[in-house]
Amino acid sequence: MLATVVTQHKDWVLLSYRIPREPSTPRIAVWRQLKELGVVQVGDGLVTLPKTVRNRERLQWVAARILEAEGEAIVWDAAPSSKGESKALALRQEQARTSEYGELLDAIQASSDPGIRTIQKWRRDWRKIDRRDYFDAPLREEVRAAIEERVEARMTNEAASNAADNNINNNTADNKSASSAAGAKTST
Amino acid sequence: MRWATRPGIHVDRAATAWLITRFVDPAAEFCYIEDLADVPEGATPFDYVGCEMSHRGDDVTFETFLRVYELDDPVLWDIGKIVHEADVEDGRFDAPEAPGFDLIIRALGADHTDEQVRFHSGVIFDSLATHLRA
Repeated sequence: MLATVVTQHKDWVLLSYRIPREPSTPRIAVWRQLKELGVVQVGDGLVTLPKTVRNRERLQWVAARILEAEGEAIVWDAAPSSKGESKALALRQEQARTSEYGELLDAIQASSDPGIRTIQKWRRDWRKIDRRDYFDAPLREEVRAAIEERVEARMTNEAASNAADNNINNNTADNKSASSAAGAKTST
Repeated sequence: MRWATRPGIHVDRAATAWLITRFVDPAAEFCYIEDLADVPEGATPFDYVGCEMSHRGDDVTFETFLRVYELDDPVLWDIGKIVHEADVEDGRFDAPEAPGFDLIIRALGADHTDEQVRFHSGVIFDSLATHLRA
């Protein structure tokens, strides 16, 4: 799978830049933006992304920001002179994403009874990685499936505990208050 | 007046074009030119890297227009939050609608010309403004 994807991405878009050390605010903002984009660092002040219209535009906006901060920046359409180099770049990028998916997967597996907020956060985290995953890195689908499995499990548990509540309510309809039904729910 | 922007318009350019026709220049005409250097004389470029009416600092082009033309209607700024998050996704605003808007405008672009995308998204932004005002 990797091989086919990589041959499609033999072209890269490159940003060469230099940004003053001080003030630090724009420098940090730029660093953060590049991190969000999942660039591959190929040298000092030299980062790259697979060439798509969108990635080109994204790096151009970063470049504009650097120029605003009185730095220097040029966006290049570039291709390594050998296929092997291009493949290696793609592999580096893919590995970075795989390790991010891996961390998320660890968090999912470590959690015993995730609430809906936790699940929503995992979905957001997954999407964030997915946005900068240009090669459908390994673990992508696996992590997504792991999240949705936890959702399924949660729904099933809830349905079961609702059914249990209903049984209790039915069996003890005579002398039952809502509070003991709630108590029964927490014990299931 | 003529206005120029890059072809393949997405949410920021579509929203800005709407803003221009509604609040800046009702007689606006638009052309779509790839490179800033090729923009014809007399046309005002927007949302090009390196032109005046573009991203500035954290602002996307839509917000730049709001500031420059002193459009202080809060409804426009609310739309600006959605446009901002749909365009740069930097988490500055809480705009859960943003990915949906991004998808809608992107989808329009799949089988419409830039002028058609501008028109149809204009309908959406008109109604969004009405809805937010209600």
